[in-house]
Amino acid sequence: MIPVTWFIVLSVVLFMIGVAGVLLRRNLIIMLMSVELMLNAVNINFAAFAYYLQDLRGQVFVVFTITLAAAEVAVALGILIALVKNRSVTNADELDSLKG
Amino acid sequence: MIEQIFFIIFAALAIISALGVISLRNPVHAALSLIVCFFQIACLFVLLRSPFLAVVQVFIYVGAVMVLFLFVVMILDIKKVSLGVLVTRRSKYIYFFLVGLAIELIVVLTGGFQKLILDTPGEEVKIEVIGRVLFTEFLFPFELVSILLLVAMVGAIIMIKDAEKEGAK
Repeated sequence: MIPVTWFIVLSVVLFMIGVAGVLLRRNLIIMLMSVELMLNAVNINFAAFAYYLQDLRGQVFVVFTITLAAAEVAVALGILIALVKNRSVTNADELDSLKG
Repeated sequence: MIEQIFFIIFAALAIISALGVISLRNPVHAALSLIVCFFQIACLFVLLRSPFLAVVQVFIYVGAVMVLFLFVVMILDIKKVSLGVLVTRRSKYIYFFLVGLAIELIVVLTGGFQKLILDTPGEEVKIEVIGRVLFTEFLFPFELVSILLLVAMVGAIIMIKDAEKEGAK
């Protein structure tokens, strides 16, 4: 039997790696991948608690999260392609046209 | 006991490949590393007795999302894509923030659930049960999510169309 704390620690570590990726890397594609990593860390937590509490709702939530992640990736990659086509920008620091 | 060994194997591979995602220069290598990480997470779902989630993870994340990522990397002509350098200006504060947040999350989350170790192993959840809950208790969120998917699809198509039109001008 795996203690539930192992799953929590694993998901915290994966979430932290995702946050580090978003904060440290400036490549937009890598930043999007890091967001996916964070969503997956949350999914592990949901599934772990669904198992340890014998509650089905955690698993249903994971299904919704995966759907949202798919929609998010579709829109984000659409924005990315539009950005690269129009302004040939893939570095997040170069996107400052909304700056006052 | 054997479950714990497998957990350690999957967790170590997941963490190593996740580190690869944020440290590899080439976006294609990062995407492949993320695929490895998603497979490990699917294996962890199997350990958690939720095979449906494992299958969905492999189908949607590896089969759809990551293929989309690789497709975009291919379209965007990787030589022009700036192989992003690590930020150095503020990274001291960033590491400080990350370590603090990690300690806080681990203390708060593990402190509250220390006693939550069931003696009887949980039962495997059948897909029929998930389907029944999804279409009764969660019917409204289900419909909302389907509308959201439609909106995302239309939005993505419209954005690409506009980009093409302005590129042609």
